[in-house]
Amino acid sequence: MITCSEAVRQLWDYLDGVVDPAHRELIDEHLAFCRRCCGELEFAEELRGFLASHSADDLPPDVHTRLRATLDGLGPT
Amino acid sequence: MRDGSPSGSHTASAERFRALAEHELPRLYALARRLVGDDAEDVVQETLLRAFRSFSQLERRESGREWLTSILVNCCRDHWRARGRRVEVVELDEVDEFSLFRKIADEDPFPYSDSVHLDFLHQFGTEDVRAILASLPELYRVPLVLVHMAGYHVKEVAYMLEVPLGTMLARLHRGRKLFERELWIYAEQHGLLKAEARP
Repeated sequence: MITCSEAVRQLWDYLDGVVDPAHRELIDEHLAFCRRCCGELEFAEELRGFLASHSADDLPPDVHTRLRATLDGLGPT
Repeated sequence: MRDGSPSGSHTASAERFRALAEHELPRLYALARRLVGDDAEDVVQETLLRAFRSFSQLERRESGREWLTSILVNCCRDHWRARGRRVEVVELDEVDEFSLFRKIADEDPFPYSDSVHLDFLHQFGTEDVRAILASLPELYRVPLVLVHMAGYHVKEVAYMLEVPLGTMLARLHRGRKLFERELWIYAEQHGLLKAEARP
């Protein structure tokens, strides 16, 4: 049996699939009865999606032109 | 007909490099924006020059994406080193125990909302997220960006940064916690904790 703070500390690793099987089982057991930690888990998933959704950036045309010029200026390796 | 002359093969190699780099430019730039902010263009340019010089060392063409990312991360680290590292004081115990989920539930910033946690996240735009990332110490920002924004597995990032997996997991954990805490602080400081803050 693990406490809420022990479970919460490992939730992201749990989602990343890097928790060893024994700890995973303990977290699963805890989540089976703890509603608050289920909420923490759902929110951790939302936060992961949130970070991923802010990962793209438009490459401004002027920056693209300059970087493209750098590439064009490279000679044979 | 294939050109077997040394200069012909060098030209072909340069063309292959350009094709790879051109394709990766948007992704490299987005990644650099999250790692070094407004200096992204300089860092990407340095990445292209370094990568070109060592292109012959790329053994497997299909790993070109990861190879370029590794060079970009090294360029970022050199960039920070050249500018002099900030002294980054982080109250680690306090950060490790911080839970944004509980903070939002306790403070209840949008009392009429049925989905207060999601509504909280919806207050932030991409510029806000970038500003918050910039406030994190690079030690924690780099793993957070590489794993949760660039989509690399924790083990790949540990390999890329040449640190043991346990160290990487600890940094990633702290990075997430710092990010959660900074989200809250930023929301407080920028008036995002009001129902009418953003449409």
